[in-house]
Amino acid sequence: MNIKKILPQLLTLLVVILVFGFFSYNAQINMENRGITFGYGFLSQESSFDVQFSLIEYDGSHSYFRAYLVGLLNTILVSVIGIIFATIIGVVVGIARLSNNYLINRTAAVYVEFFRNIPLLLQIFFWYFAALRALPLPQDTEPMFGVFFLTIKGFFVPAFVWNNLDVFIYSIIAAIISIIFIRIYAKKKQENEGIQTPVLSISIGLLLILPILSFLFGGVDASVEIPVIKQLSQSGFTFEGGIKLPPELISLALALSLYTATFIAECVRAGVQGVSKGQKEAAASIGLTPNQVLKLVIMPQALRIIIPPTTNQYLNLTKNSSLAAAIAYPDLVLVFAGTALMQTGRAIEIVSITMLTYLSLSISISIFMNWYNKKIAIKEK
Amino acid sequence: MFKYLKQLTSLVAMVAVLFTFTTETMAAKKSKTLKNTQKKGFVRCGVSQGLPGFSNADAAGNWTGVDVDVCRAVAAAVLGDANKVKFTPLSAKERFTALTSNEIDILSRNTTWTLSRDADIGLTFVGVNFYDGQGFMVRKNSGISSVNDFKAGVSACTNLGTTTELNMRDFFNSKGIQYEPVTFEKADEVVAAYDAGRCDTYTTDKSGLAAQRIKLSNPDDHMVLPETISKEPLGPVVRQGDSVWEDIVRWSLNTMIEAEEYGVTSANADSMKTSDNPAVKRLVGAEGELGAALGLDNEWSLRIIKQVGNYGESYKRNIADTGILPDRGPNELWTKGGILYVPPAR
Repeated sequence: MNIKKILPQLLTLLVVILVFGFFSYNAQINMENRGITFGYGFLSQESSFDVQFSLIEYDGSHSYFRAYLVGLLNTILVSVIGIIFATIIGVVVGIARLSNNYLINRTAAVYVEFFRNIPLLLQIFFWYFAALRALPLPQDTEPMFGVFFLTIKGFFVPAFVWNNLDVFIYSIIAAIISIIFIRIYAKKKQENEGIQTPVLSISIGLLLILPILSFLFGGVDASVEIPVIKQLSQSGFTFEGGIKLPPELISLALALSLYTATFIAECVRAGVQGVSKGQKEAAASIGLTPNQVLKLVIMPQALRIIIPPTTNQYLNLTKNSSLAAAIAYPDLVLVFAGTALMQTGRAIEIVSITMLTYLSLSISISIFMNWYNKKIAIKEK
Repeated sequence: MFKYLKQLTSLVAMVAVLFTFTTETMAAKKSKTLKNTQKKGFVRCGVSQGLPGFSNADAAGNWTGVDVDVCRAVAAAVLGDANKVKFTPLSAKERFTALTSNEIDILSRNTTWTLSRDADIGLTFVGVNFYDGQGFMVRKNSGISSVNDFKAGVSACTNLGTTTELNMRDFFNSKGIQYEPVTFEKADEVVAAYDAGRCDTYTTDKSGLAAQRIKLSNPDDHMVLPETISKEPLGPVVRQGDSVWEDIVRWSLNTMIEAEEYGVTSANADSMKTSDNPAVKRLVGAEGELGAALGLDNEWSLRIIKQVGNYGESYKRNIADTGILPDRGPNELWTKGGILYVPPAR
């Protein structure tokens, strides 16, 4: 190796280490002067505060680390919901903007311009407090389909109570694995013999049949638990049983997806418009159906343009979910960098853990999207 | 030889000058915060983002409240002018970091004195300027008249990162009631969510409940339950490690309370210099050298009483006359059945 090439890099590394070293040394001295101790031991202490909504079992007798997991899972939950809905809305609106129908493409354009030009925090406040004002109290609510209850205290939906849930899950996993094998087989068959296999119908069939078989022969059994209204006081009511989605989660997911969808819509529009018209015409001229044109010719090329900027939007959405603290949705920032920080006073430790967590979340999304991008990139032969 | 002697003399002279300088401003030197405050010309004070009666800004940006008056008293003692205060509104979450990172020098923001806060995170509590306790607010038409009427499934709105959150858990756990905590960062959002019906009850310090109730759309539809579920001694906080500054803030607060005890008010303070009671004379700086012990002049306490008033005046002006808590309850002097009791200034 050439020393001239290595030396500048080593020097840069040294400078980085020195800068970090200086700051951590400085922080250490200042903390010592102010009588603040440093350490991560507090993570195993009892947290002694409760959280309104949690995906795992948690209450104040659990540790601060458990509280961290509660916050992290809630952040991931709202991000995943947000990403799914933002993508669906974004793709629909993006394609709507390309429509020849004047009404459809103008509506889509107005939506995009309106929602992307209002600060996200305001939109979150709007959806939350508008929802609180507009939603009925539990005792006034009209059930949807008899089992869904949308109230100011949350969206109460029926829950499934399972027997032998594991058998059911195995049946789904088995279905997914067989679908993967069938796809590989179908692709080979098409490449070798030119015969197409109806993969989609077979996949759907498998996904239905295997779980049904698990019900019939695997001893799986599910009953539905419907929420029931409960009186708390003369004027206060709530629902019991079923699953409760807090209004904070709903309004946060709504605001995040409506906001991010506008950017994704623009990515989609750019992607589709970026494929030259000749491609579509050429594909049609060799006898492909419009569906095939879209699936086999336009989308593979458009996706290459769409994926990288959309990755950015997914990252933005995940990071923006930290605005949850404003409306009491117990995400990582509210639970861990909020309550836990306040109760322990360990600002440096907690903020550094929180920053590292968001960094890892973002990098994971990035790695996944880069992998997907590479997969759909042009493979030069 | 003479050359060296000359140099030696000048060195000795320099050392002597330095030494006199050092002794003169010993207290100021010992306290970095006091020195910085005098250099800047204002006291940096952290307050709430708006809690009527404690720290609240009017439309013109003038801060009033009993917490604000503690900072004004320190400014009067240290700088001679109660208006030389720079107020920084802080959320519950920001407050301690702002103090430990030197953004502010006094945190006077309805903060509960607890062991872990005092000992663990680089803070020192200097006293109590309001004895409070946590309570619950409910809708009158709910028929709930006591905390024993709460049922499992009750949702409670409160502020994030406060002792309230912990007390609430202790309380509901001891009653065996499963509950839903809804925690917001800002008090205004707690009020808005409770007002809209998101929560069945709103819980925080009783003084806070009384102050926030007037922000509700129909204050008369709500009431505070009689029970108090916790001890919340609220008081000013300073950074750990500057004992002179700590003493100045502590005794500025004590002066206000002691002045009320001896009947010294902003109106009669000057005439009290000729009082027969030595304790009163010490309080207004007509006897003793108490100011020097703090690194201040001897009129420091007189200025506090004249410019800010005694504790009773401050309470009446900010909390009683505004209709928040007309009854002083525990915040009455020990001589009148309350628990306000401060060490003597002598």
